[in-house]
Amino acid sequence: MSRQIRHVLNSAAASLVAAFAPLAAHAEWGNLNMPVGVTELSKQIHALHMTIFWWCVAIGVFVFGWMIWSLVAFRKSKGAVPDTSITHSTKAEIIWTLIPVVILVIMAIPAARTLIAIEDTRNTELSIKVTGYQWKWHYDYLGEDVKFFSALDRASDETRQLQSGRDPNEVADYLLNVDKPLVVPEDTKVRLLLTAQDVIHAWWVPQFGMKKDAIPGVVNELWFKVDAGKTGIYRGQCAELCGRDHGFMPIVVKVVTKEEYKAWVAAQKTGGTNEAAPAAEAAPTVASVATTAPQG
Amino acid sequence: MANTTTAHTHDDHDHKPHGLKRWLYATNHKDIGTMYLVFACVMFFLGGAMALVIRAELFQPGLQFVDPSFFNSMTTMHALLMIFGAVMPAWTGLANWMVPMQIGAPDMALPRLNNFSFWLLPFAFTLLLLTLFVPGGAPAGGWTLYPPLSLQAGDSFPLTIFAIHLMGISSILGAINVVVTIMNMRAPGMGLLNMPLFCWTWLITAYLLIAVMPVLAGAVTMLLTDHFFGTSFFTAAGGGDPVMFQHIFWFFGHPEVYILILPAFGVVSEIIPTFSRKPLFGYESMVYASASIAFLSFIVWAHHMFTVGMPLAGQLFFMLSTMLIAVPTGVKVFNWCATMWKGSISFETPMLFSLAFLFLFTIGGFSGLMLAIVPADFQYHDSYFVVAHFHYVLVPGAVFAIMAGVYYWLPKWSGRMYNEKIGKLHFWLSTIGVNVLFFPQHFLGLAGMPRRIPDYSTQFADWNMVSSVGAFIFGFSQLLFVYVIWNAVRSGEKAPQRPWESAQGLDWELPTPAPYHSWETPPSRDVVAQGTVQH
Repeated sequence: MSRQIRHVLNSAAASLVAAFAPLAAHAEWGNLNMPVGVTELSKQIHALHMTIFWWCVAIGVFVFGWMIWSLVAFRKSKGAVPDTSITHSTKAEIIWTLIPVVILVIMAIPAARTLIAIEDTRNTELSIKVTGYQWKWHYDYLGEDVKFFSALDRASDETRQLQSGRDPNEVADYLLNVDKPLVVPEDTKVRLLLTAQDVIHAWWVPQFGMKKDAIPGVVNELWFKVDAGKTGIYRGQCAELCGRDHGFMPIVVKVVTKEEYKAWVAAQKTGGTNEAAPAAEAAPTVASVATTAPQG
Repeated sequence: MANTTTAHTHDDHDHKPHGLKRWLYATNHKDIGTMYLVFACVMFFLGGAMALVIRAELFQPGLQFVDPSFFNSMTTMHALLMIFGAVMPAWTGLANWMVPMQIGAPDMALPRLNNFSFWLLPFAFTLLLLTLFVPGGAPAGGWTLYPPLSLQAGDSFPLTIFAIHLMGISSILGAINVVVTIMNMRAPGMGLLNMPLFCWTWLITAYLLIAVMPVLAGAVTMLLTDHFFGTSFFTAAGGGDPVMFQHIFWFFGHPEVYILILPAFGVVSEIIPTFSRKPLFGYESMVYASASIAFLSFIVWAHHMFTVGMPLAGQLFFMLSTMLIAVPTGVKVFNWCATMWKGSISFETPMLFSLAFLFLFTIGGFSGLMLAIVPADFQYHDSYFVVAHFHYVLVPGAVFAIMAGVYYWLPKWSGRMYNEKIGKLHFWLSTIGVNVLFFPQHFLGLAGMPRRIPDYSTQFADWNMVSSVGAFIFGFSQLLFVYVIWNAVRSGEKAPQRPWESAQGLDWELPTPAPYHSWETPPSRDVVAQGTVQH
C-alpha cells in the first residue's frame, strides 16, 4: 500500500507535465465505431450492430423528443396548468407494449440467422488449437506439427513496466504486438479450438468479429474466414480478466496468401518449432496496413 | 391538511436514548435508516477514490502510478464497495426511512433484526477493506470472482468470502424486514395497490434479495471449499466446471442488477409526478412492469456469458428473453413521459436528478438492447462498451435516483431545506461529469479496448484522457453533495410540512421534521385516502 502511494506521489508531478502531450502527438478522435472487419461474419455482425444502433436512435429521437417537448411546453414558469385527469390510458399502454415487441421481433430474426452461421463450424479447412496461459498464447497447428508460444513483444514489454520512463507513443503498436504472430491463409475457413492451461482467457480480434473464452477443461470453437485479398496484420487482445498481466497478452494474426502460408508451414517444419519468425517481419514493416488501428 | 397535524401531536414526545447508545442499540427505523445512508455515503467515497485511482492510471498510456495487480484490486474492490457497500445500503436506508412513513406504520416490523442487519455491515466491510493490507493484496480477480482466477488470491480470499457472507445475511434480513413490514403494517385502508411506488418496487426488490442472496452465498461457499477443503466444484482438473460458477453467479447477478435499479424506479415514480403536479401515469402498469422485470431477471442470466461457448439453443433463448426486458422497461419510460405530458413542470434539484435519470438510464437501456444481440455481443463482450453500459444504468441510474431521493425527502427528515443553488450546481457538475466520464467509453469499447486493463494501446489514448477528466469532475463534485446536506441540516431554512406543494403520500401527511416514531396511531381513513394512490 505505502509503496503504491509513494508511486502515486512520485509520478503525479511528472504526469501532469506530460499530461496533454499525447493530444498533440496523434489524433485518434475518429475511432468511434466497431470495425467492419475482414470476414463475412464480421460484416454481418457490424450490420447487426448498425441496425440495432439506428433502431435505438429512432426510439431515442421519439422518446427524448417527447421528454424535451414536455419539459419545454409544460413549464410551470410559463404558466402551464396541469391536466390532472390524465392518469392512464389502456389504449396507449397497449400500443407502447406492442410496438417494442414488433421491433424486437424484426431485430431478432437477422440476429438469429447470423448466430446460426457463427455456430456452423462444418467444412473447416484448417484447425489450430489455441491455449491461453498466464500471460501468453500457445498456437498448435493440428496435423502440421507446428506449435509455438506468442507473447508480448520486447519493446512493449519494456515500456509497459511501472514508471519505465519510456514513451508508449514511440513504440510501434504498443501492447498490440507479439514476438511471433499466428499465421493463417486468406480465404480459408480457419477453426480455432480454444482452451486454457490455468485460468479463463478470451481470444478476440475485432477485425474478425469474434470473441470466445478459452477455459481450462473446456474446448471451445471459433471460426473465421478472412476475405480473399485481405492479407495483412490483425491485432486483438485477451478479453477475459486473467490476472496481473491480463492487459499484456495481445493477439496478432498475420493473414497471408495460400502460397505464402504453405511456404511458411514448410519453413516452420525445417526450421524447428521454436525458431521465431523474425519479429521485424511481423511488426513495423507491415504495421502500416494494420487495419485494427486505422491511423487517423 | 389541517387535520393531519392535529392527529399526531403526541408524537412529539421523542423518547430517544442519547449518545453512542442511541446508535449502537438503535431500533428506530429513522436512526437505522440514517446509519445506512451515512454508511453508504462513506463507502461511496471510498469506492469513488478507488475509481479515481483507476482513471488516474488510465489517463494516458504506460503505467504511471500502480502495479497491474494493484490496479486489478482497485477494479475489484471498487465494484464490491459500490454495489454492496454504497448502492444496496443506500436503498435499505431509504426503505428504512420511507416505508413506515409511507404505509402509515410506527416503525419497521422487526426493529431488533433491523439493528442486527445494519451492524453486520461495518464488520463485513472492515473484513473486506482489511484485504488491502494482507499478503497478496486485495482480491484482484474481478467482483464476479470467476474461478480459477479467484482461487489464485492470497490471504484476501477467506476474508473476501466471509465479508460477502456477512453482506448477504445483512441484505436478506433487511429484505425480510421490508416484506414483513409492508405485508403486516399497512394502515387500514392502505391496500397493496394504494401504496406509493417506492414501497412497491422495494417489496419486489426484497423478494429478489431473499431469492438470490442465498445463491451467491452458495457459490462463494463452493469457492471456499474448492480453495481450502479439496473439493472440485469449479476445478476442471478434479472433474469440476469453471463455467458452472458463472451460471450460478449470474443467476444471482442478474436479479442483483434489478435489486440495484428497481427502488430507483420507485423513487423516480414519486418525484416526477410531484414536480409535474400531476398523478403518475399508469400506476398499475408500473407495478406490473416492475413485477415483470423482476420475473424476467431470473431467466436472462446467461446473457452475461455469451462467449463461454453455450449451445445455439441456449444462446437464442437468452437472447430473446433478454430482449423481452426492453418491453416492461419501455412501458416505464413511456409512463414517466406521459406523467410529464400536460403537467406543470418545475425544476428543483430532486426533479433535475430524476430527469437526468430518465434520459441517461434510457441511454443505458439502449446499449443494453444492443448487448442483447448475441452476434454483436461477441464484439461488445468484456469491452469498454459494457463498462459504459452498466455505468450508465448504475451511476446516472441508481446513484442519481438515490441522490434525487435524498434531496426530495431531506426536508421531511431534517425539517430543513437544502440550498437549492448548491443543489443545482451539484446536479450540473454531476451530470456533465458523468457523461464526459462514461460516454467516450462506448467509443473505446467499440474500437476494441478490453475492460479491466491497466494500460492500453496508444490508439485509445484520447478518449481515455477525456474519460479520466470526466471522472475527476464527477468525483470531486460529489463533495458538494455532502456539503449541501451538512449545510441544510445545520443551518438550512425551516421546511414547511409539505415542502413540495403537490407531493402525494402518507409521508407528506406527517409533520416536518417527521416525528421520531412515525405513525404511533394509524392515520385515519381520511388521511390515508388523501395520502394514497386512488384509482
